[in-house]
Amino acid sequence: MDTPVKKKLKVATASLAGCFGCHTSFLDIDERLLTLLEYIEFDRSPLTDIKEVSPDCDIGIIEGGVCNAENVHVLREYRKNCKVLIAIGACAYNGNIPVYRNQFPLPVVLEEVYHTGPGLANGLIPNDPELPLPLNKVHPIHEVVKVDYTIPGCPPSGDAIWKFLTDLLAGREPELGHGLLRYD
Amino acid sequence: MSDTFTLDGKTISFTEGQTIMQAATDAGVYIPHLCYLPELKPHGSCKLCTVKINGRETSSCTMRAAAGMVVESDTEEINSQRRALIHMLFVEGNHLCPTCEVSGNCKLQATAYHLGFMSPQFDHFFPIRRVDASHPDIWLDFNRCILCSLCVQASRDVDGKNVFGLSGRGIKSRLIVNSKSGKLADTDMAVTDKAAQVCPVGVILKKRTAFKTPIGERTYDKKPISEVPDTPAKER
Amino acid sequence: MNTNSIQPEGITGVVDRVVARWRHDPTCMVQILREVQETCDWLPPEAIDRTQELLGVPRTSIEGVAHFYSFFYTQPRGLYRILVSDNITDRMLGNMALLDRLCQSLWVEPGKVSEDGLVSVDTTSDTGMGDQGPALLVNNYAVTRLSEARVDEIVDLVRGKVPLAQWPADYFKVEDNVRRADIMLGHALKPGDALRAAWGRAPAAMLEEIKRSNLRGRGGAGFTTGLKWEACRNAPLKAGQQRIVVCNADEGEPGTFKDRVLLASHADLVFEGMTVAAYAVGATRGFLYLRGEYRHLLDSLNGVLERRRQEGLLGKGILGVPGADFDIEIHLGAGAYICGEESALIESLEGKRGTPRNRPPFPVTNGYQDQPTIVNNVETFAAAALIAVHGGDWYASIGTKQSAGTKILSVSGDCERPGLYEYPFGVTVRQVLEDCGARDTQAVQVSGPSGVCVGAGEFDRRIGFEDIPTAGAFMVFDQSRDMFEVARNFVHFFQHESCGFCTPCRVGTSLLKNMMDKLHKGLGSRFDFAEIEQLNQLLKATSHCGLGHTACNPVLDTVAKFRPAYDQRLRRQDFMPAFDLDMALAEARQMTGRQDSGAHFKTEFGEG
Ligand SMILES: Cc1cc2nc3c(=O)[nH]c(=O)nc-3n(C[C@H](O)[C@H](O)[C@H](O)COP(=O)(O)O)c2cc1C
Ligand code: SF4
Ligand code: SF4
Ligand code: SF4
Ligand code: FES
Repeated sequence: MDTPVKKKLKVATASLAGCFGCHTSFLDIDERLLTLLEYIEFDRSPLTDIKEVSPDCDIGIIEGGVCNAENVHVLREYRKNCKVLIAIGACAYNGNIPVYRNQFPLPVVLEEVYHTGPGLANGLIPNDPELPLPLNKVHPIHEVVKVDYTIPGCPPSGDAIWKFLTDLLAGREPELGHGLLRYD
Repeated sequence: MSDTFTLDGKTISFTEGQTIMQAATDAGVYIPHLCYLPELKPHGSCKLCTVKINGRETSSCTMRAAAGMVVESDTEEINSQRRALIHMLFVEGNHLCPTCEVSGNCKLQATAYHLGFMSPQFDHFFPIRRVDASHPDIWLDFNRCILCSLCVQASRDVDGKNVFGLSGRGIKSRLIVNSKSGKLADTDMAVTDKAAQVCPVGVILKKRTAFKTPIGERTYDKKPISEVPDTPAKER
Repeated sequence: MNTNSIQPEGITGVVDRVVARWRHDPTCMVQILREVQETCDWLPPEAIDRTQELLGVPRTSIEGVAHFYSFFYTQPRGLYRILVSDNITDRMLGNMALLDRLCQSLWVEPGKVSEDGLVSVDTTSDTGMGDQGPALLVNNYAVTRLSEARVDEIVDLVRGKVPLAQWPADYFKVEDNVRRADIMLGHALKPGDALRAAWGRAPAAMLEEIKRSNLRGRGGAGFTTGLKWEACRNAPLKAGQQRIVVCNADEGEPGTFKDRVLLASHADLVFEGMTVAAYAVGATRGFLYLRGEYRHLLDSLNGVLERRRQEGLLGKGILGVPGADFDIEIHLGAGAYICGEESALIESLEGKRGTPRNRPPFPVTNGYQDQPTIVNNVETFAAAALIAVHGGDWYASIGTKQSAGTKILSVSGDCERPGLYEYPFGVTVRQVLEDCGARDTQAVQVSGPSGVCVGAGEFDRRIGFEDIPTAGAFMVFDQSRDMFEVARNFVHFFQHESCGFCTPCRVGTSLLKNMMDKLHKGLGSRFDFAEIEQLNQLLKATSHCGLGHTACNPVLDTVAKFRPAYDQRLRRQDFMPAFDLDMALAEARQMTGRQDSGAHFKTEFGEG
């Protein structure tokens, strides 16, 4: 990295309607993670025990789209507290697999899952207040909050994430060239 | 007779009647395009090939070259317009590349890579679209149609069949199939038709061929589209 | 008027009759479908089957047309198909409240068919009755001057299944409302005068006269008519080809209704102008492309054509001169603004979807069925007839240097005397406002949504190609009007009318509409504004035709001139979703029966 950073940047991550693949890919940057940790520290993240995003968080990285009320609350918390918000992966970026359900009205989906689908016939649609309610449609995160950057890919490769973050930390406009910029 | 114009400062020679796109292609210069194929009549609808000629935007696939034209193509201004057009094509359909069998061989995707499109801002339309798997050898996934009309033309002008047509208007425009049932099985489409080879995206798909090429070996894994702009579909 | 009955001939019988009437000619597809629908009330699959059998064209080309034009229905739409005109001027006259009243009384949701299949109610783009709105179309016939009382009467007539022919004639009365007449609206020519004057010269001399007149097209673009005609005259004909004259009476630009009056009361002048054009360019075939909204004019116009044939003013051997052949056929549109664009119009005349062509080549060399074709506006032809009689110099002496002659303005909106005002070019906006009795005027939209919005500081500007060119619309907005809502109505119009051919306009007009609706709902922030600006720029730069190029004008203009109307809608500090988050949980709430706090979004994000 070109410019040494004095104070470590706080990075928070979250997985919404995603599969943790992007987080796994993050760890795929392997030993470079150690280099990265000289410049950043993790805030709230599935990788840490921190329960709330620090109000002075520098970077928020969101995996997954928005499919229920809880996703909205989490996403807003990150947006509120992070100076820069990054969408990582196809689900965050365009909804990906979860948006297949957008082809059907939510009641039809719930009926199918809890009533008519094989194996669950005569089940009940759960109404436990502890469970987040699903939104009628699944949305990429930029439709719900302002997103500053996107790292596409399903998941983006460790190399792509590395390139992106090092560009960003060095104050360059992140750019992924041929082979690194991938939507699949 | 051969005359010249300049494209991003480079001198390009052309012959009478050639479009800017044709002359540029002959000279080995890539101008992004989706609804143009060298062997079919230019259609001019996707607007990815927009260039500035003497300061005015025009589609380079339909505009005839003229001596002394000053053409700009690879500028940040034009490329950002092209990114927005690509983005529009993504949001008006349902493009989920990770599940798409032409991923890696798709011109829309490859053009988006070429232009470095990576910051979505438009809301998705999530239209309700159909899939037609009625035909024994071909299936159609309308979720990805970009209305480029190449299949319409290829079927009409090359295959002499008229299997496809455009219907609807505006944002409700859609591709339709020439049969009472609306199903492909009830047409005379054959998998060997030109129309089965021209789709730049993943709508017209040959059955039993999906995901045969490993990731890393697909057309645009190996080379960016700017180096292999018009690879025939069977090689894609 | 409407027969509402396919007995006794049956659907195939209807199609057989109509197809035969149109010479089994697939280029008449739009006319065939229109006439079939007039009898069958919609286009049932059997009708499409039969049309395909008889014409032998691919089914896609029939379905493609049937689904392109707004007025064609491939699903049943009821015996009475009511379309409420939804221009901003109709809105200002309360059309939405009347629509609600209509729907409630008829038990039908807007856009849907009543459960008994009797009636459907929907909105449609401006029907060209801006001087006597609010207006609606019932089975394509215009009903003007709607009021609550009139709506209630219509409800009774529909419920009583009274055939349209028995509805009170007063409903269908369309006034001319000529408020200021000049050389055109006040002409005293008799049928044949202009032809005799033209025939008194050689065709080349007639063309010369048009060039001397400096006449420029009245359809909006203002192309020099003489040059267009000359290019057509000089275009080589291939074997079997002929030259074509097309009169553009699509008049789709919201707020424009002057062609309606010219055709209602001066049809001879218009047909005479077309015939003069045919003489000058050597054309033998003519078309009048009349917008579907003016269905009420079709029969009388056909009557005028027939009379002219009998008087030797049309058809074979015009004025008794052997070989002087020219005839005119009327084609009716079917609800597509884009068909006013000349190359889309030609496609429609050829029985296709109204998609603008790639140009060059231009219609003057490769127009209708690849033949040299001139397309001119109704008013342009009327002017040509005047020029034939009075000469080019006379015409050129009227108006201003670059804008010869007069211009008819269709004045509507906030003024005491809406209607037609004909002025020599060069009149100021202020003068027009004074003449029509406009008070407290905030803005004038000149030339419709694709034209310019003129603010109060600019009322000394002049109508003319030097300053404010116009196709004729002049919509007045007083201080009580919200110019953001004006722009939003226009954006909806363009979105509805985009033909869908090119990416930027097909998708961009929808995105723009969604953004304007988002602002309307109070969900806008500066981020959305940036997106609106980007979209406008993109549409202007990359669209295929004039529709896309101008679709951003209403927003660009109102942003520049009425910025506070936007600012008050951009108060949010933070980005908000375009959809209502709490409503996005409504379906889940209903399915689970939950109403606890977790089942709602209560507080808004970041808004204290
Ligand atoms: C979207 C669009 C709609 C148009 N609508 C009309 C119309 O309704 N009437 C008209 O005369 N010209 C219309 N025009 C202009 C025509 O393309 C053409 O320029 C005109 O008919 C030429 O006639 P003129 O030279 O007599 O004006 C339209 C153009 C565009 C781009
Ligand atoms: S067609 Fe292309 S862009 Fe669309 S989903 Fe498939 S690979 Fe992606
Ligand atoms: S199916 Fe493919 S080739 Fe045909 S119009 Fe759609 S995108 Fe183009
Ligand atoms: S600009 Fe709009 S109306 Fe014109 S061709 Fe494109 S989509 Fe059609
Ligand atoms: S390639 Fe030119 S418009 Fe599509």
